[in-house]
Amino acid sequence: MRICFFNQILNRVVLTWLVLSCGWWIQAQDPVRIGSKSFTESVVLGEMLCTLARHEHLPVHHRSELGGTQFLWQALLKNEIDAYVEYSGTLSEEIFAGQGVFGLESIREELADSGIRMSQPLGFNNSYALGMKRARAAELNLTKMSQLHAFPELRYGFGDEFIERRDGWQGLKAKYRIPIEETRSLDHALAYRGIQAGSLDVIDIYSTDAEVVSYDLTVLEDDLAYFPTYEAVVLYRVDLANRYPKFVERVESLAGVIDNHSMAELNQQARINRKPESIVAATFLHDRFDTTIEIPSIQQQIAARRWQKFFVNAREHCFLVFVSLSLAILVSVPLGIVAYKFPHWGGWILGVVGIIQTIPSMALLVLVIPILGLGAAPAILALFLYSLLPIVRGTHTGLSSLSPSIHESALALGLPSAARLRLIELPLASQAILSGIKTSAVINVGTATIGALIGAGGFGQPIITGIRLSDFWLILQGAIPAAVFALLVQALFSWAEMHLVPAGLRIQPSSE
Amino acid sequence: MLELENISKRYGDLTVLEPTTLSIAKGQTVVLIGPSGCGKSTLLRMIIGLITPDSGHVKLDGTLLTSETVNTLRHSMGYVLQDGGLFPHLSAYDNVAIMARHLERWNNNEIHARIEQLAALTKLPIELLSRFPGQISGGQRQRVAIMRGLMLDPPVLLLDEPMGALDPLVRYDLQEDLKEIFRNLQKTVVLVTHDMGEAAFFANDVLLMAHGKIAQRGAIEDFLDSPASDFVSRFIRAQRFPKLN
Ligand SMILES: Nc1ncnc2c1ncn2[C@@H]1O[C@H](COP(=O)(O)OP(=O)(O)OP(=O)(O)O)[C@@H](O)[C@H]1O
Ligand SMILES: [Mg+2]
Repeated sequence: MRICFFNQILNRVVLTWLVLSCGWWIQAQDPVRIGSKSFTESVVLGEMLCTLARHEHLPVHHRSELGGTQFLWQALLKNEIDAYVEYSGTLSEEIFAGQGVFGLESIREELADSGIRMSQPLGFNNSYALGMKRARAAELNLTKMSQLHAFPELRYGFGDEFIERRDGWQGLKAKYRIPIEETRSLDHALAYRGIQAGSLDVIDIYSTDAEVVSYDLTVLEDDLAYFPTYEAVVLYRVDLANRYPKFVERVESLAGVIDNHSMAELNQQARINRKPESIVAATFLHDRFDTTIEIPSIQQQIAARRWQKFFVNAREHCFLVFVSLSLAILVSVPLGIVAYKFPHWGGWILGVVGIIQTIPSMALLVLVIPILGLGAAPAILALFLYSLLPIVRGTHTGLSSLSPSIHESALALGLPSAARLRLIELPLASQAILSGIKTSAVINVGTATIGALIGAGGFGQPIITGIRLSDFWLILQGAIPAAVFALLVQALFSWAEMHLVPAGLRIQPSSE
Repeated sequence: MLELENISKRYGDLTVLEPTTLSIAKGQTVVLIGPSGCGKSTLLRMIIGLITPDSGHVKLDGTLLTSETVNTLRHSMGYVLQDGGLFPHLSAYDNVAIMARHLERWNNNEIHARIEQLAALTKLPIELLSRFPGQISGGQRQRVAIMRGLMLDPPVLLLDEPMGALDPLVRYDLQEDLKEIFRNLQKTVVLVTHDMGEAAFFANDVLLMAHGKIAQRGAIEDFLDSPASDFVSRFIRAQRFPKLN
């Protein structure tokens, strides 16, 4: 009887332990991975998905501020992220470009082929639009673009891109028969100033721009549907619905919850008022979606920024540089040696390494993500590839420029090839090799800022966030440490040169 | 000792060396003279396997020089260039010791003893050897290069204008020293020079080369008394000596 009771307790303990550790295992193994692009609206929407997941007590990982549509799309396909918010227009024009996939239903079908699902539209449409000061629009009783042709006295100011794009001003003017010849092309910041001061009446905007709220603009309705629609939708992997059906259900119920003006307000709070995106997102969901959703405290959020972030960025940056440069040295020096010892291969090696150098970083990253996913690995591969050329070339040049009489003496002594390399050729080429490595290292430190585009962090992170928020100070927080780091690396290698280059090569020859 | 059989070399249209057969006995010193570009250095390089002849072959003590034997044979030949060819990143001492260390034939004490012996032979103060090649004079560099060539006590020495860059006084001393070394150590020597006096001083077996061929072989006096061709007599007389009395 007693033993039985004891057994029961033991069973429970073991069972509880199993359940708990399984729970922990699931938590540790299987977070919901959300992605977002490097503009504020996308980050806010990403935070909304995160908030919903947290509310379901799911572990969340937000890969925020990734550097481009292709990165997110590839990451979604590669199962590196589970979900992110995309726009219907981007899906038609960019992801399925040239495939004639228009309209939500055909997009949905096309996505299903890749194992991706699409939610119902969230409610807003972030497309090109025309904006007017609310008072001015009210005064003229203007609400739709089709009314514009009746007001030839209006003054228009557009950004260069909008004027030049085929689907921009020229088409718009024809479609709505706007009787205007003269438009002023100006910078967006100036356009906002102009409309504020009353020297402009109509400017081009995106319909959910933060400025719609902060300048109190009326967005004219595109009643002839000239602009392609950019309705926001959540893309998620089919397996997410199997893993976390409850969460996906909540995501689906976001349909129609965020209208244009709400999105503009959210953008305004995050971008202009600099409120943390997580708070902006949670507050919105709490107010408009589900009052049981908790709003994180602002103190917590602010404290998490600054120094802590600086050290995290520094650590990430050093890691990227250190690993990629070390690998590059390990590979490039032997490659340079092979290129020298086998001139037949030399041309190929230098050629291929040179071509790699000319691949634009964006293209290289897009190529690498399907293989290595997001994070440090693809960034390291890219940095590694970019570091090869200076070291291979330095090694090859250093070895090839040994004086013929030294080369001949080394041969004539009867030293075998390997010993010649170790005892004579490499030490004599050490200066050229080191300066190749130094060049690589300095370039590497600067280039490592691209790591932030694919979620590898580093000093590129504050730069991206700074650009996104037009926060000059934040940009400097990334740019200055990166520059200082580059100078330190340069100094380190200059010091190394003093100590690693054989003493005999550093003295001034007494004659010759 | 050293046999060259029918060796020849051409670069494209340029025949640098016509098929040449030559044999040099042990302990003998042969001097190669001839106008610039006639193929003296090429001949020397073929002997030590830096250049592969287009035809013929080289034998050292009966061993054929091939890509398999070349490194071993090189250990039996000391090669000294006009500018010394010292490795600038190694001290003079390490330059001399490099092969002995690599072959691990001797321990450090033996190496040191050998270097002391060579320093005495070439009349170089031993302390000077701790300097880098950039820190010693041209004549001293040349002596270090000769020490390096002698280090493994090779039976054969190949010297390509070893004293071309030295001032007359230094050269005079070094010539004396070298001649003594050659005689005492019983070396088989091939020496290239442009200096007729030097040629006569070192050997009575002189080879005059012209246009990739051996124009005449013999003692310098024979070249004067019975030149094989007009060219030989012109070449031999084309030297100016200061009239001393
Ligand atoms: N790698 C090469 N390719 C083509 N021609 C060469 C090459 N090396 C040497 N030559 C030519 O071969 C000829 C013989 O050169 P070599 O160095 O043997 O002359 P040399 O008799 O030693 O002359 P010097 O007295 O000036 O040292 C020269 O005409 C030279 O231009
Ligand atoms: Mg020569």
